[in-house]
Parts: sequence; structure tokens; C-alpha cells
Amino acid sequence: MTELAAPPAPVSRVPTRGDELRRLLSLTWTLALSDWKLRFYGSALGLAWTLVRPFALFGVVYVVFTEIAGLDKNVPNYGVYILFALVLYTFFTEMTSNSVQALVSRESLLRKMQFNPIVIPLSISITALLNLGMTLLAVFIFALGTGVYPTLTWLELPVIVLLLFLFGTGVGMLLSVLYVRYRDVQPIWDVVTQITFYASSVLYVAVPTVPANYRQEFLCNPLSALFAQMRHAVIDNDAPTITSAFNHGVYVLIPLGIIVGTFTLGLWFFVRESPRVAENL
Amino acid sequence: MEGSPSTIGAVTALAESPADARAARLAAAPPAVVLDHVHKTFRLPHVQYSTLKERALHPFRSTTYDELKALVDVDLTIKQGEFFGIVGRNGSGKSTMLKCLAGIYRPDRGRITVHGRLSPFIELGVGFNPDLTARDNIVINAVMMGLTRKEAVRSFDGVIEFAELEEFVDLKLKNYSSGMAVRLGFATAIQVSADVLLVDEVLAVGDAAFQQKCFEEFTRLKAEGRTVVFVTHDMSAVERYCDRAMLIERGNVLKIGEPHAISRAYNELNFGRLVHASDETGRYGDQEVCAIKDAWFEHAGERTGEIAQYERLTMCARIHFRDAVEEPVIGFSVRNDVGHTVFITTTEWAQTPTGTFAAGDEIVVRITVDAIMSPTKYDLTPSIAPAGGVDVVDVREDLASVYVHGTRVTGGLVDLPHTFTLERGT
Repeated sequence: MTELAAPPAPVSRVPTRGDELRRLLSLTWTLALSDWKLRFYGSALGLAWTLVRPFALFGVVYVVFTEIAGLDKNVPNYGVYILFALVLYTFFTEMTSNSVQALVSRESLLRKMQFNPIVIPLSISITALLNLGMTLLAVFIFALGTGVYPTLTWLELPVIVLLLFLFGTGVGMLLSVLYVRYRDVQPIWDVVTQITFYASSVLYVAVPTVPANYRQEFLCNPLSALFAQMRHAVIDNDAPTITSAFNHGVYVLIPLGIIVGTFTLGLWFFVRESPRVAENL
Repeated sequence: MEGSPSTIGAVTALAESPADARAARLAAAPPAVVLDHVHKTFRLPHVQYSTLKERALHPFRSTTYDELKALVDVDLTIKQGEFFGIVGRNGSGKSTMLKCLAGIYRPDRGRITVHGRLSPFIELGVGFNPDLTARDNIVINAVMMGLTRKEAVRSFDGVIEFAELEEFVDLKLKNYSSGMAVRLGFATAIQVSADVLLVDEVLAVGDAAFQQKCFEEFTRLKAEGRTVVFVTHDMSAVERYCDRAMLIERGNVLKIGEPHAISRAYNELNFGRLVHASDETGRYGDQEVCAIKDAWFEHAGERTGEIAQYERLTMCARIHFRDAVEEPVIGFSVRNDVGHTVFITTTEWAQTPTGTFAAGDEIVVRITVDAIMSPTKYDLTPSIAPAGGVDVVDVREDLASVYVHGTRVTGGLVDLPHTFTLERGT
């Protein structure tokens, strides 16, 4: 749009690519921060609500699955595991579900302001990340209280979160653009998140609960793979790492490939569709 | 105002250089905006397939479209430092053009080149969140317009001062009146100090004083060498502020030229022959049977342009009849310097018969009042209409003016004759 030329005196500097990128990031951060702040306005408990939900769900799940289903057999610190997995899974659904309607609900912004629309799914992921940070603080305290102590492998957690972030953002970008064209993406994605909640190892552990004869296929699901590695790194150093959970360590490239592939696909699709998004809303 | 560091240099350089040097540089500068044969067509599908299910059920059914040509071969160059007006009726493509300029829509064909930073005032306060305070909203809005977070925070005081909202900084936006929100939006947008400003009828909102302030701000920016592209329905604004204007209709450029000519063309397009296009602004009616030739103020039998408060003031109008007219209604209205009408009368209201006139007759109509108005400038608008009719034959706005001077400025519009009485008890 903006053609580069030697600007005459009254014209300020023509924005460069670096300026554009800086603007994109600062806009993303500003939107994410204000979304995050908004969540606590007008509610009596404020920040506490981000904690109430996962912990309440955790309480129910814990009672049902240990007392009734007995899934905690041979799983040390089962409670801490499902709490971590729940929090991470919530992070993923927050990124994706909130992205679905993101472009459409910000129609006036997109139609009346000029900015790269990618800011919108990115800011949603960042908001989810801020929420995750808040909740993890409480979860860490809970972990310490129940006898899970920090080890060096805890440093793997940021990497796991980053991969989850890439995966969720990729899916989010894909969904937000698809929803502009097809409004039934919303109910479809609701069903998909319901299914993945049970199909991924959130409430149970991949090893040994999942039968060995289809454990390989099960672990191809990036969520299950990430949770398996999280279990080894954070909760129980004796639990198998993701590479040892697979028959061959090299299989780990499958979930990793899905994550990177989804992010790339989402980004490509979004960049392809976004210039016309303002018109198609 | 000079909040953005990227433009401070340019502004001070301008202040030092003489005006003619600036003009020369502006003339030599590349155009601010160039539209090179721009086309934009919207496709409106007859049947909207908006669910995957329908798409899956009818995968090969081709959709038919209506094509809406929003812009057809628009070719336009706007010079730097120009105040350029875009006028047209609803749906003529004005806003589409502005959105193409702003980069929100992409043209189908043709090229758009913009020199310098561009700030769209497509709508004020876009992205304002009612649950956040003014402080937070300013930062979001300014960042959206292209400032960094630091610059946005720095510009904050200037924004609040310009919007005159110092007392309401920490109030949530939902508690603002709509006028306050608009002021905040405008103040934020103006702080971005872009080189090209795209203004889309934002001034339709806000009170008269604020509109005036907005226009002053645009004029000031223009004097700094910035370019203003202005979309509106308000022909008086076009004539007052624009250097050039463009009339657009169904996506086609009908005319580019002097604001005056454009506004006349616009009125013709809009009203056909309803309001007779007149060479003067502020004149309405067809003037077929009679016309107001002149109007003036008199004091003690002599024409005057000033008068002391409380003196006898006479308002006069000369009317020429081109045809026989029976019982025309003649009116006077007087408004003050800020446009408030302080007095209106007509022969009909005063139940004064006017009589019958023949072609070629010329009369002078007079009314005399006590100049009890508060001291300032007053303008006289004479009008003439047929008996009982709705249409006017001739109205000439602000044809004559008079300064009322005096030492007693009470603050009231008029100083009504009065006496105090004081009684003890009841």
C-alpha cells in the first residue's frame, strides 16, 4: 500500500517492516492485556475466578476417578497430574474456542481500522497464556503441598507450554477464518473439544492406563504426547518420557510434526484469507 | 499536540521556514495520495452458503452473484497539504473509497499510493471498551492507530486536555455521555499526528462548539502541511474548509473541482430543481416572482453598521416584484455571532396585511425595535414567501450585519426591560 519514496519535509518517516512488526506486537499485547483485565471487572472475586473453575473441576474429577473408577492405582501423585493436565487442557480450549468467533465479534474494529487481523487470534492466545500463568502459580503451591517438589526437569514446562501455545494458536487461526465463511464451525468445535477432553490423557495417564496395543496411535495426539512428557518432567521423574513411551523414539516426530504442521497451516490459511476478511464479515 | 517524536522535526522545521518556502516545498513534494484507475466490486451472492452442511450437500452448485460496482475507474491525485472533500449521496461509494485508502479494503484493479503515515477517522472511538476507563481506552486506541505503547502513554495528557475530560479520567467509558466518548475518540485520533487524515463524517456528532474545534484542528494540521481527505454531506463545511472536492455517484467520479461548483452539483443531484441552485451561498428559493434586492440596518433614518445598545434599530429590506403577487409573507430573522436566532418575525405572525403588487413594483420593508440585545455582532436574514405557501421565493441568509456595542454585558442574550420591586412581609 505505502510506496517507499524519499519523503519531503512534512512527511514523517514511512513505516518500515520493523515498525510494522513492532506495531503488530504492541497491538497484540495491548489487546490481550485489556481483555485479561476486563475479565475481572465487575466481579467480586476478581482474579480468584480463574482459580475457582479448574480447582472445582479438579475436585469433582478427583473424587470420581479415584474413589469410583480407581484410576489412581499405580499412578503416583495422580491428583497433581490431573490438575496440571486440566489446567493445560483449559489453556488449549481457551485459545481455540475463543478464537472461533473472534474475527466476527470484532467486526467493527476490522472494518474501521487498518491493522493486521492476525493480531486478533494472537491476542486471544496471549490472554489465555496470562490466565495460564495465574492458574499455574496456584497449581504449583498445590503441588508443593502434596509432596511434588521442584526438579531441574521443571524447566521443560515452558517448552511444553510453548508447543501447546503454537498448536492452539494454529488451530485458533484456522477456526477464526473458517467461521467467517461457515457459521457451523462453532457447534462442530464444541463437539470436538468435548471429544478431545476424553480422548486425550487429561483424566488418566497414557502409561500404563491406556492399553499397550493402541498406545502408539494414542500418543500421536499432540495433547496426550505433551501431557505424557509433562508428567515425566513435573510430576514423576520415574514416569516414562515421551520418547520412551513410544516403541521407537523417532515416533515422537509425529506429534511434533502435527503441532508444527497445524501452526504452519493455520498461519498460511490466515495470511491467505485475512486481506479480504473485512469485506466478508 | 506534537506528541509523536517522528514528526517533531518536521514541525519545527516548518515553523522556522517562511511561508513561501513552505508553499514551494509543498508544490515540489510528491502528491500525498494517488488513486490510479481504482476499481472495487463487491460480489453479493444470491444464496448465501454459510454453513458447512449446505456446502457439503450441494458441493457443485455454483453460486450466482450480483455485482455491486462500488468504485469504477477512480483516478485521483491529492496534493500534499490539501483539504480535499469527497461528497456523494448515500451508497455512492464514498466510504468504500475511504476504506480502500485506509487499506481496510483492497481494490480489485488499479493502484493506491499514499505518502506518509495515514490516520483514518472512519469512526471515532473504534475499539473503545465500555468497561474500561478513559485511560485504558486511550492507550488501546492510540496503539491501534499506530503509536507505540510508550508514545500512547505519553500522549495521554494531551488527549485528555483536548477532549476537556480532566475530571473523568478514571471513569468507565459506559458512564460517559455519547458526546464525551466522541470527544475522547477525536482527541485520541488527532494525537497520532499522521500526514494524511481520512475523515468520514465524524463531525456529524458532537455539539456545535466541538465541531468548530474539530475543524480548527484540521485547519491547523493542514497549515502544517498535512493532507486531509474529508467525506461529508455537509456542503457548507465543504465550501468553508476544502480546497478541492469530488462528487461521486454510483462509484463513478462525476466531477472534481472547486468546492463551490461541487456543492452546487451535489445539490442539483440531490434535489433536482427543488431548491434552485443559486450563485450565492446561503440563498434559497427560485426568485421567480420577486426577489430580495438588499437589506440593511438603519438608525435615525440613516444606514448604519453599528449601534449603541438600547437605541432604536431599524431593519430594512428592498424587494423587487417581477410578477403580480398578492399578500406575500415577508419575514426577518436575526441571529447573533454564534448562530443563535434571537428574533424572528413575519408579516403573517404580526397580522400585517401586505397588499397586492404588480410586476415592476419595488418596495422597502422596515421594522423598528429597541436594540436590547447584548453587545455583539448580529446578522439579518430577510425572506419572502407566497401567501399561505410552504415554499419560499427568496431567502438571503445573513445579508446585513450590525454591531451592537455597549458596556453592560450581562451574559444574557437580550437585556429585557424590567424593574425590581421589593416588598416587606407579603
